[in-house]
Amino acid sequence: MVLVFAESPNGQLKKSAFEAVTYGKKTADTLGVACVALVLGSNVKDAAALGTYGASKVLHVNDAALDQLDSQTYSNAIAAVAQQQGATVVILSHTSTGKAIAGRLSVKLSAGLISGANALPEVNGAQLTVKKPVFSGKAFAELALTSPVKIISLMGNAVKPEATGSSASVEAVSVSIPAGRIKVKSVKRQEGIVPLPEAEVVVSAGRGMKGPENWGMVEELATEMGATTACSRPVADSHWRPHHEHVGQTGIAIRPNLYIAIGISGAIQHLAGVNTSKVIVVINKDPEAPFFKAADYGVVGDLFEVVPRLTEAYKKFKATR
Amino acid sequence: MKFLVCISQTPDTTSKISFSGDGAEFNAAGVQFIMNPYDEWYALVRACEIREALGDGHKVVAVNVGPAANETTIRKALAIGADEAVRIDAEPTSAAFVAKQIADYAAKENFDIVFLGKETIDYNGSEVGAMVAEHLDLPFVSYASKLDLNGNTATLERDIEGGVEELEVNTPFVVSAAKGMAEQRIPNMRGIMMARSKPLTVVPAVAFDEPAKSVRFTLPPAKAGVKLIDPENMDELVRLLHEEAKII
Repeated sequence: MVLVFAESPNGQLKKSAFEAVTYGKKTADTLGVACVALVLGSNVKDAAALGTYGASKVLHVNDAALDQLDSQTYSNAIAAVAQQQGATVVILSHTSTGKAIAGRLSVKLSAGLISGANALPEVNGAQLTVKKPVFSGKAFAELALTSPVKIISLMGNAVKPEATGSSASVEAVSVSIPAGRIKVKSVKRQEGIVPLPEAEVVVSAGRGMKGPENWGMVEELATEMGATTACSRPVADSHWRPHHEHVGQTGIAIRPNLYIAIGISGAIQHLAGVNTSKVIVVINKDPEAPFFKAADYGVVGDLFEVVPRLTEAYKKFKATR
Repeated sequence: MKFLVCISQTPDTTSKISFSGDGAEFNAAGVQFIMNPYDEWYALVRACEIREALGDGHKVVAVNVGPAANETTIRKALAIGADEAVRIDAEPTSAAFVAKQIADYAAKENFDIVFLGKETIDYNGSEVGAMVAEHLDLPFVSYASKLDLNGNTATLERDIEGGVEELEVNTPFVVSAAKGMAEQRIPNMRGIMMARSKPLTVVPAVAFDEPAKSVRFTLPPAKAGVKLIDPENMDELVRLLHEEAKII
């Protein structure tokens, strides 16, 4: 059986959970076994919806001790359910939550772990071979899991959630959970914004913007496109933009469908955080900017003219839809 | 207080990545190796800052799993401020292997905090911290961008998708460090001189059964090359994104 841990921060199932269940269902079909989803916590909303992404049923550990992430309580609960249910493959999302628990779980279950997979596994006898990006997106590694229980954490945006089934029954399961040793004091989330790691379209700008006062046009384009804004390191370091917008090697690594880079030269450290984006558009006045080498589409021109023009063009396009 | 900082050696960010003909192995020829930036800039520096504020009688130990050639990187950790270092003598074949070695060593030493970077810039797995924590049965805080220690209680901030979590945990625990926890520190001449005489102990590795194996490496397909669009004609860009790239 393939067990998929579907994350529900704040009680809400997110896109990463739907991606993980979709991935779990496809993996389970290849293996000829069932795909079962697992949700944790006392406030999970709409868990039955995971059935539409392919879960044959949803198991629910309804325990308030799991309302906040503690890697020990979470990995205990997931490992206990995996053992109870005889799971041979456990799927997680490669998110801040998944990264905190995947390693623990692999030790608990003596299971091989592939973290950050971006393709479906290939079955070779009792082994699963899985591909993942390495060297900050400059290469891929294929690894074979040889242990009886196997764990895969799935990179965001690597598979598209497919809602093809119908809602599933939700069954309560009980497992014993040790007392947590981490006390979450507060959680601050930016409201109304798709977080960068989950965004499908990202509009990002760099030093070419000349100053924070010019960001209005970037935000306008992002709003039109339903995109999340991001920035390069020098911009964050100069406090033109908040640090949580910094994408690149030291900031956040992202993999959107569309990455629009405005006035960013494309230093290798920046590329390391964005080069696995599906389509990259670069707008820069310098035709020699290294970013053009990594781009799919390039516009050599003055961003102060090009960006408003692009916003207008997109508005026109939207109006025809 | 006794802090352990796990340091990994990785190819420099700007390295050209290539593999042996059949993709079986990473080609290290001509590659410059460095201390993994997250381990160095954030984990190691923060551990040293806290230890320096506490004063004498406290120490920072840097640990690396690797061959003798890694000792240049290990000496750099000593130059930055670690008091002593340990090299576990083995090729670091996987995150699971490295975690097992570090945990086996740390289990005998009773560290108050085990620090490491949020991930390495080569395999990008973000696995070792959680594995070490599980082996040692310790709490684990990942992607921490802030850490203050007051007695035995640490207050941390942790990066989550679209936000920040503030949390509290008592020592001992394991923490992985992200940007914000500290500022990069360039070792000074005094640090470099002192590093030469600081203790660097070599310990043997323990046996470990790998639950996964590397099959091969591949390079991404070459980009078709950038398609340049007339800056006057953004309708064309939107059309291509819609009709050709099918992304909007």
